[in-house]
Amino acid sequence: MTDESVTVYSVYMNRHSWISLSQSDPRALYLQVIEQIQRRVAVGDLPPGTELPSIRQLAADLSVSVITIKRAYLELEREGTITTRQGKGSVVADRPGLQSSMAQRELDEHMNQAARLGILLGLSKSEMQRRIAEAYEKSQRKRK
Amino acid sequence: MSAVLDPPLGAIAAASLRGVSKTYRHFHLRDIDLEFATGTVNGLIGPNGAGKSTIMRIMMGLVRPDRGTVAMLGRPASSSESSAKREIGYFSEDMRLYKAETIAFHMQFVRSLFPDWDERYAEELLDRFGLIAKQKIKGLSQGQRVKALLLLVLARRPKLLILDEPTNGLDPVAKQEVLSELMQTVKDEARTIVYSSHHTQDIEQICDTITFVDRGRVIASDDRDGFLNGWRRFRLQAPGSWVPPQIAGLRAEASFGNLRVMTIDRYRPDVEEQLEASGATLEGSEAMTLEEIFLATVTRGREECRR
Repeated sequence: MTDESVTVYSVYMNRHSWISLSQSDPRALYLQVIEQIQRRVAVGDLPPGTELPSIRQLAADLSVSVITIKRAYLELEREGTITTRQGKGSVVADRPGLQSSMAQRELDEHMNQAARLGILLGLSKSEMQRRIAEAYEKSQRKRK
Repeated sequence: MSAVLDPPLGAIAAASLRGVSKTYRHFHLRDIDLEFATGTVNGLIGPNGAGKSTIMRIMMGLVRPDRGTVAMLGRPASSSESSAKREIGYFSEDMRLYKAETIAFHMQFVRSLFPDWDERYAEELLDRFGLIAKQKIKGLSQGQRVKALLLLVLARRPKLLILDEPTNGLDPVAKQEVLSELMQTVKDEARTIVYSSHHTQDIEQICDTITFVDRGRVIASDDRDGFLNGWRRFRLQAPGSWVPPQIAGLRAEASFGNLRVMTIDRYRPDVEEQLEASGATLEGSEAMTLEEIFLATVTRGREECRR
């Protein structure tokens, strides 16, 4: 089972190399789709007005369920990254990412989880702040 | 149900079973109610002998149920109308091919019976599945035989595909080729797939709705996200005197000293708070894989039967 899961998406990935899904990533597949589309939009690979493949087309290209892609598109639409017109398909929105509520919510969840673990380990509030600052600087260095 | 299927992917049912029962000497299929919406991929998961194949044979009109009704593409399953059968494709491992004949012979044979046969698509599938038309059936590996059978079904371009364990015994590459091809067919939203497997991972990957079957019963049926979002596992520290709060669907799975493992099948975001308010300390809260959800559902179902 485990060794199969690694190969699952590698075989047919080349059809749509701009999205690659991983089953070893514990996050739900739809979140991976959202994140990768957001990133492509953020770096300018998908400028405003770019047509996205239809839900069924992308599901077929990635060999994942229609419901997964549908959910991803719905969330992207809700947070303003894409707009969907009945019968015309989805395009990248004019001013994407104005409020990326999705990512905000995810951050809140991670923060709550971190706080819970911190309390479990008996860390003080200032110790937690120090650790978050440290993690922040580390990630910033990596990005450069 | 999650909001994603609302409005549903397809409003019209491609297939439905109502109160279907069938009794054999050592096996009972009981009160099966299922509906498969047009344009969806639907997975049936169950252990061997759970009744998946019997359900599919009944849908194909190969087995007559003792009670209940079945409609396929709007017509009764038992109907001999060839037009209905023409639009339905069925795959089962025990389908026989002529060992001494070639794949090309079988393609020719099926084409002569089904006017909707798509020769160009058949050629494409040969190529994509890595099959050689001139090869004889007896020389094929298990995986090649399965792919040849699927080719013969898919190239008929059926509106409804009933596939009984199509990935059984396939290596990871062949399996991925098959799953990918199935997803290609539902690019056309008029097409519907019902698909059985005991590999929960295949089902999790491509299915929109999932039905768990165990011991002749449907023990759970929901859309994919309904299962994955609805279930959650918690690890808690709680003293021996701790009484779990009354939360619908919350169940104790195991305890080791002060450590308790609980699962819930109707998760809401406030469950963690409720658990902590009851005097337990939450150590972890994690999502479950479809396999874990399936196992937990089977265990719960069997316990309820015993009561």
